[in-house]
Amino acid sequence: MKKTFKYAFIQTLPVLFGYLFMGFAFGILFEKAGYNFIWAFFVSLICYAGSMQFVLITLLTGGASAIHSAFMTLMINFRHIFYGLSLIERFKEAGKTKFYLIHALTDETYSLLCLVKPKEGMQDKKLMLYISILDHVYWIIGCVLGALVGQIISFDTTGIDFAMTALFVVILVEQWKESKQHLPAIIGGGCAIISLLVFGSDNFLPPALLVTVLMLLFYRANMEKQS
Amino acid sequence: MPISFGHSVMIIVVVSICTYFTRAAAFLLLGGKREVPSSVKYLGKVLPPAIIAILVVYCLKGINPVSFPFGLPEIIAVLCVGLLHIWQRNNLLSIGLGTIIYMVLIQLVF
Repeated sequence: MKKTFKYAFIQTLPVLFGYLFMGFAFGILFEKAGYNFIWAFFVSLICYAGSMQFVLITLLTGGASAIHSAFMTLMINFRHIFYGLSLIERFKEAGKTKFYLIHALTDETYSLLCLVKPKEGMQDKKLMLYISILDHVYWIIGCVLGALVGQIISFDTTGIDFAMTALFVVILVEQWKESKQHLPAIIGGGCAIISLLVFGSDNFLPPALLVTVLMLLFYRANMEKQS
Repeated sequence: MPISFGHSVMIIVVVSICTYFTRAAAFLLLGGKREVPSSVKYLGKVLPPAIIAILVVYCLKGINPVSFPFGLPEIIAVLCVGLLHIWQRNNLLSIGLGTIIYMVLIQLVF
């Protein structure tokens, strides 16, 4: 068991630094929006979603409705549906811990689970559980520390919320580099800008998402031919 | 808190449940051996980059292009993040330095 835990810990080190940093950024923003470290603790524990937690801040400050919040979450986290597909077989062995493994299935944990296979004498379900718990703990520590430091620091934090914009720009660049097809990103960005001009900043998101999905379906044959 | 305690809890719970649902969906719907519908597979591939592009616009929706500073701090900072990332491809560097550049721009320059 000790051997498995040590192995899991070493494998999660890259996530440790990433999560502490992003969690920290979230904590500071969340604190600035009016939610202290206790809120940060519970959100990182029960919600536990990287980019979605940043969007959650805007839902809270904007006083979003339940339907709006649900719609946003389902759209942004749609990709998670596909993470499960490749893990159905491995998770079957996990028994009751499966329910936690599903909860902890973030982008980073998913990529680690795909990458890391048990060595001789290790139980796969234990290894998956340790990796999931360790990543989760890093995230919680980052979020809570950020909220605590946000409470103490006295320098002018105006503009620190740009960290969220920067995060999405970085993901956009990553996806742009990785994929040969740029039409999806162009459709999404284009629909969003047009919708913003037509419907204004408070209402532009649902029409933008809807038209984007419809256009992606419309261009399906075209894009599948290309790839 | 910008909104009431109850409203905050409601939003957090809804987001948490929906997040769990998307992570559990594959296991719930396809725990058996059934094949994934091809349109769902297709959307899974093309939707993420589209959503991220929408989110970038979402983050920048507060820009007012007709009055000073015309969204210049945002545009400059976004370009910095993008170029830094194309150049060094280091998440922490791009996000960290980009945020500092933006903070300096709106606090000291504009």
